[in-house]
Amino acid sequence: MESTHLISIEHLKKHFAMGSGKFTALNGIELTFEKGEFAGIIGPSGSGKTTLLNIIGSLDVPSEGKAIVMGQSVGDLSARDAAMLRKTKLGFIFQSYNLLHTHTVYENVEFPLLLLGVEAELRKQMVKDALEWVGLTDKTNSRPAQLSGGECQRVAIARAMVKKPEIVLADEPTANLDAENSHHILQTMENLNREFKTTFIFATHDEKVISYIRRKIFLVDGKVAKDELITKS
Amino acid sequence: MMAIKLALRNLVGAGLRTWLNVIVLSLAFVVIIWHKGILDGWDRQARTDIIHWEAGGGQYWQKDYDPYDPFTLNDSHSRVSGILEEMVNKGTLTPVLITQGTIYPSGRMQSILVKGIDPKQKIVAIPSSQLDTASDAIPAIIGTGMASSARLKKGDIVTLRWRDRNGAFDAGDIIIAGVFKTTVPSVDGSQIWIPLDRLQKMMMMPGEATILVSKQGTKTLPEVDGWRVKNLDFLLSDMDKIIKSKTAGGMILWGILMMLALLAIFDTQVLAIFRRQKEIGMYIAMGMTKRQVVTLFTVEGAMHSVLATLLGAIYGIPLLGLQAIKGISFPMNGSDYGISMAERLYPYYGLKLIIITVLIVMLTTTIVSYWPARKIAKMKPTDALRGKFNDKVFAKRIASR
Ligand SMILES: Nc1ncnc2c1ncn2[C@@H]1O[C@H](COP(=O)(O)OP(=O)(O)O)[C@@H](O)[C@H]1O
Ligand SMILES: [Mg+2]
Repeated sequence: MESTHLISIEHLKKHFAMGSGKFTALNGIELTFEKGEFAGIIGPSGSGKTTLLNIIGSLDVPSEGKAIVMGQSVGDLSARDAAMLRKTKLGFIFQSYNLLHTHTVYENVEFPLLLLGVEAELRKQMVKDALEWVGLTDKTNSRPAQLSGGECQRVAIARAMVKKPEIVLADEPTANLDAENSHHILQTMENLNREFKTTFIFATHDEKVISYIRRKIFLVDGKVAKDELITKS
Repeated sequence: MMAIKLALRNLVGAGLRTWLNVIVLSLAFVVIIWHKGILDGWDRQARTDIIHWEAGGGQYWQKDYDPYDPFTLNDSHSRVSGILEEMVNKGTLTPVLITQGTIYPSGRMQSILVKGIDPKQKIVAIPSSQLDTASDAIPAIIGTGMASSARLKKGDIVTLRWRDRNGAFDAGDIIIAGVFKTTVPSVDGSQIWIPLDRLQKMMMMPGEATILVSKQGTKTLPEVDGWRVKNLDFLLSDMDKIIKSKTAGGMILWGILMMLALLAIFDTQVLAIFRRQKEIGMYIAMGMTKRQVVTLFTVEGAMHSVLATLLGAIYGIPLLGLQAIKGISFPMNGSDYGISMAERLYPYYGLKLIIITVLIVMLTTTIVSYWPARKIAKMKPTDALRGKFNDKVFAKRIASR
């Protein structure tokens, strides 16, 4: 059956080996996402948010059930195809930024384009654009150590967005940021979502993030407890 | 290409640790090339000198001649006839008659070899023309080593005692007609050179010789009854052995330096892979395959050797190059080593030596870089992103510091 959703998750379960037994982190998830969503998976620490995001991001595989991302079933992909999916269609933003410290801002943002083999001239333009989106054109040659946390996360956003992916997965992107910086990056991501119709899926328990998202998916004990759409005025 | 670019950024960005590894590795480079260069230079110099002064293009030895057995020496002589005589007349061979004798310089007694050589010969570098004088005393030339050990100088007269072919003792005066300087101890130490015909007369051995030296560049020496052909390989084998043993000694030093450098790189790699798990997770999240990440880390480690080659070249080329041109002066006397050694040695750096060294260093560096990087293939990207990957080898390595 060909899925018509951007992402569709069916009867998804994820177990982890734990001592002699197993621990069930996700226990029967049913979800679909569409293009252009700005959604958040909300839940306390340990509720399985990261696990779910990782499976959508093809970094992990379901134990049971299915996660179909852009028509491709994550559990059935070869390592090579999964890498290809991530390289071309997905962007990641992490809580701890995960920037390359030995690289400049420019080089960090350029990295996904090098992987894609984008030709130099175009690459330059794309990096420039991405740095403009996040308002970092003046920090092009700085290194991460010289930046504030907020600036680092903006570099990470530029890096995730530079290749204009279909889906951006952001795992607690504001957890290390103060209120002002959090709002700043959330506005940035909201703008990008509007402009490029990029789907954003957050994992969070931060009220500030929750105030921006347009769909709240509450995760409790590895299950979707509530899934609500917000229609803002 | 991308891996090289990224690896270089990572490596240079890693700072001090990288440079420490690179410096040790570059030392390993320069030391081995330097050491081998000196030995090769020495080898070349010693070879040409020995050929020049002693070996020529190969020799004939009378069948009983054994330079290590003084007791048979006085019987090791034969008439030079037939094809040998023809070659001597053509100037492609020169006969040398060798016997034992005793001299009495300033009242002391010293046992020596007496070598008769044709004053007109042009085959070896012994300045035999200095023997071409008419005097009552027997003219003799000696090397500087012999001159200093017997405390003799030009013009000195000293008594020589020898035995003729019947074993009867005889004695006469010799006059030092010249002192020559040579780098080849085996034509210098404990020996004198006198005119061949005089020695033949003294020994009552007209037309006889112990060895015959052929002209440099002689391709092959025909077999002759009663004589053994000694080619250059044989005549140079003693020296080759010494050079080889010196090479082996140097290899130990090189081995230690290489081990140090490789261990440091291995360690750096293990630590890097352990510490940079989140980065590895990020690479995979960005769409790199594990194999690409393994390659990246391997290239990063192997790049040490590229940087070391560059660094080694920066200080090595001027340093070693200058030495190759100016030579290195050796204060010790070659005869202490029993081998030809010039006062000034010109190291010889062959392209082959340099290329082989660079290749060996690059290959081993790549292997020790790949070894820990392999572990990445076992990492689960989710574990790497959480910084939770662990491994027995890592644990041991990290705990030991
Ligand atoms: N690789 C793993 N091995 C074992 N347990 C894991 C692993 N990853 C996550 N877990 C467990 O699964 C649960 C959910 O984790 P996670 O998805 O990280 O939650 P959240 O992101 O909501 O905090 C936690 O109890 C966590 O300890
Ligand atoms: Mg989490």
